[in-house]
Amino acid sequence: MQHKDINEDIRWAQINKDVLRSMENPRKAYWISVGICLALLSLAVIAEIYQYNVGLGPTNLNWPHMWGLYIATFIFWIGMSHSGTLLSAILHIIHADWRKPIYRFAEAMTTFTLMTAGLFPIIHLGRVWNMYWVLPYYSDRGIWPNFRSPLVWDAFAISTYLTSSALFLFIGMIPDLAICRDNTRGWKKKLYTVLSLGWRGDDRQWRNFRKTYLIMACFLIPLAVSVHSIVSSDFAMSIMPGWHVTTFPPYFVAGALYSGCAGIITLFILLRYFFRFEQYMTLPILEKTCKLTFAIAMVWTYLNLIEYSSVWYGHDTVAKELLIDKFTGPYSPYFWAMNILGSVLPFTLAFEKLRRHIPTMFAVSILLNVGMWLERWMIVSPTLAMSYEPFTHTVMWASWVQWFIVIGSFGWFGLLFLVFVKIFPSVSMYEVKEMIFHRRHLANKDIAAVMHRRSSDPQPSEGH
Amino acid sequence: MKKYHLLGLFSNFDEAFAAISDIRHHKIPGVQLEDVTVISPIEHPEIDEVLGARPSHVPKFTLVGSLFGMSAGFLFLATAQANFAVQPQGGKPVIPLPSNIVLSYEMLILFGVLFTLTGFLLGARLLRKRKPLYSEKVSLDQVGIEMELEEKYIEPVKALFRQHQVIEIREEVVK
Repeated sequence: MQHKDINEDIRWAQINKDVLRSMENPRKAYWISVGICLALLSLAVIAEIYQYNVGLGPTNLNWPHMWGLYIATFIFWIGMSHSGTLLSAILHIIHADWRKPIYRFAEAMTTFTLMTAGLFPIIHLGRVWNMYWVLPYYSDRGIWPNFRSPLVWDAFAISTYLTSSALFLFIGMIPDLAICRDNTRGWKKKLYTVLSLGWRGDDRQWRNFRKTYLIMACFLIPLAVSVHSIVSSDFAMSIMPGWHVTTFPPYFVAGALYSGCAGIITLFILLRYFFRFEQYMTLPILEKTCKLTFAIAMVWTYLNLIEYSSVWYGHDTVAKELLIDKFTGPYSPYFWAMNILGSVLPFTLAFEKLRRHIPTMFAVSILLNVGMWLERWMIVSPTLAMSYEPFTHTVMWASWVQWFIVIGSFGWFGLLFLVFVKIFPSVSMYEVKEMIFHRRHLANKDIAAVMHRRSSDPQPSEGH
Repeated sequence: MKKYHLLGLFSNFDEAFAAISDIRHHKIPGVQLEDVTVISPIEHPEIDEVLGARPSHVPKFTLVGSLFGMSAGFLFLATAQANFAVQPQGGKPVIPLPSNIVLSYEMLILFGVLFTLTGFLLGARLLRKRKPLYSEKVSLDQVGIEMELEEKYIEPVKALFRQHQVIEIREEVVK
């Protein structure tokens, strides 16, 4: 059984070779996945063209159900975006070097999930051509958006997060783009030459690179927390039962980390298979990711229970009725499924045997995200179905238009991600080299001789 | 006097650092540690101690960007709100602090990140024409020492490199 995070005997040249080969020669399953993603995306395109032409009516979105699957899926994708950058940044700051073979695709996941999430508020508007109204620009009539509204905060926060996480991904990739530049020909060489910005790996560049990467990691941690807190404010700052909950910001952040970690496990397993990355995406690293997911799942479960108990023991009758309705009403199958998938299923991650069984982990990671998607749906729809006015009590089931767009969003995300991992290195070559170097050399006594060559150190010849 | 770029390629950090150590101890009078640039596939954790402290100005850019983002963001929001007085305020101040702080904070981070990136591009001297002495082997697994030297130092430095098992030496006249 493999216990080390990585084989410390891999030669640096071999790392370059393996990763560069992955960009040329994936398994057939990669191309099948691209085909599936295209098929899913085409469903969304058909539905959006239809919705564009006839309006929001056929979606079944109607008062009081003005928010439906679009907003639930928007929150889901925003949540998915959190683990990539946040975990990469946190693990970078605490020097957890096992992140190094997997952080690149996790950061890419962040960028592409944000690009997917950003589509939903626009699609949800129906009149997509007016989406720019949310942006703060000077109009002829001197009208500004309402800066007190969390919906405007969303626009600021998500665009800041998308910009920052895309830059974080790009900056972290520069040394690898230089490797690609040095090992490719034709249009690819031209592309990598432009993107590597003239990187040559001198000490000045490395020094500034490290500082920049660390500073950006420090920025991204509070930014990620603020983004999902702001998304939770879309609900928590209203007075609707089930939404006006004090614990919503940490609950949303925990849920975001949870679904993001599960997403990382899914993509980890897929990439390991597609690109034959068994040497880099190893079982011990998968295990560590699973343990982290389990810990976050327990935090999410705790916050979930806190929400139930605070509503149960609170004095808000309508909120309590809504909670009972979630457990027993028309949405109850989905609500129970969410609780079981979100709080019970993660206990499979506590067993070492299961954590090391890749097909099980693949299925579990997908089911965890099904649970997380249901969670977002169970936040949005039941409240609108059981609000303050009894005459508004009505259940809305989404039409095919909403479902097609939701399903298509997975195709859109998958396609962006698969194109990325084909064009850019999905394993960070220089960081894996560093990981191996640190593990192989710094624990070695021979390095002491090298260390004596520091300017401040006494030299062996000085008799110390 | 003609000046040269010299690049010595070593198979590992140990040999390269040993050569740098000799330079630091003035084995070749007239050649300074400041003339040395290390080019490597990864950043050695002790590189600053081997080469001596060399500053990075990126954090200064970050500070300026963050302060600019925070203050400019707040001013932008306050100006927009003060010029849009017909918007119903619901009894709240025209320029509300709590909500503006949220957005100003986002702007702090956005401009902090953008200025940090600018500092990185300038500090690392990226987006410039690459020096011709670059070797692709550095991005693979070799460690390079690059120096800009007067002609009289070329041979002694080459000899020093050879003492430390240099794999390859390249040189070029500085234009």
